[in-house]
Amino acid sequence: MSDALDVLDQVGKWKNSGKGVAMATVITTWGSSPRPVGSQLGVDESGAMVGSVSGGCIEGAVVKEALAAIADGKPRLLDFGVTVEQAWDVGLACGGKVQVFVEKVS
Amino acid sequence: MKTETLAALQQARTERTAVTLATRLSDAAETLIYLDRADGAMAGDATLVSAARRAMAIGRSETIDFGGQKIFLNVYVPPPRLIIVGAVHIAQTLAPMATMLDFDVTVVDPRGAWATSARFPDVKVIQDWADEAFQALGLDVSTAVVTLTHDPKLDDPALESALKSDAFYIGALGSRKTHAKRKERLAEVGITDEMFARIHGPVGLNIGAKSPAEIAVSILGQIVEVRARRLEALAGPKVVAA
Repeated sequence: MSDALDVLDQVGKWKNSGKGVAMATVITTWGSSPRPVGSQLGVDESGAMVGSVSGGCIEGAVVKEALAAIADGKPRLLDFGVTVEQAWDVGLACGGKVQVFVEKVS
Repeated sequence: MKTETLAALQQARTERTAVTLATRLSDAAETLIYLDRADGAMAGDATLVSAARRAMAIGRSETIDFGGQKIFLNVYVPPPRLIIVGAVHIAQTLAPMATMLDFDVTVVDPRGAWATSARFPDVKVIQDWADEAFQALGLDVSTAVVTLTHDPKLDDPALESALKSDAFYIGALGSRKTHAKRKERLAEVGITDEMFARIHGPVGLNIGAKSPAEIAVSILGQIVEVRARRLEALAGPKVVAA
């Protein structure tokens, strides 16, 4: 079963069952990053996840924005990278940077 | 993403059709670009459509700057195929492992007692001679073929047929000695040394694999490597975004 197909299938199931759903997609990467461009994370209104946009480093923050996108319907462009302040908070331990697009499935 | 877009992406995957979803990041407007048509907000833009088709050809998703707008091209290409010739013990481990690696797996064996869905749940099973099955399947550049039967009358026609196709990977189980004999037999049916050199034999990476599962890992490791190198060569040097 394909990675991408898993995400699309699960997102479709959530949507069909009447849940609010958002999709997050890695749209740009710089340097080393754990997941390639095009990787997707599906999030439902309860915060359940399918797929991934990193090795687990930024999923928490992405889910928060996905829930906000489900609530207000607006797309979001998120930038993640390692900074000294962020290193132990939200960021990529590998030292790369990623840009993630978050949108509601409408 | 619109629900209709999601459904179109799922349908394309089911039909093994390549598609690119172009999303304008400012307003999330969507366009679906196929090899033969385009639907959506920017479907009439020839430059965008050709950029999307190029991205599909190299299988790489990317964000492009387009008349001051950022457009994300997400490429959804059908998964690669693995055709396993020989519904044998190793195949029973190789098939599920390959499925986990996103391969669309088909097991081919003319022997009815071997080629059963009970032995191979969740993958396609074709009870037929490999060369016949290959004709029906059509081996393209996203197909890998592995022969596992150890029986020349089953493996040889499969290899002969695979060598005349565009398959990106061909592997044959068997020792160096077996492989040398295979070379002699295939030479008799017109397979030149150059053609024969395409076969990975003994199959798999040399990791000292002994058990069926270890052999499956060594075969899949080699297939993943060959495929990745090929796609890297097609894509050229990675363009670093500013």
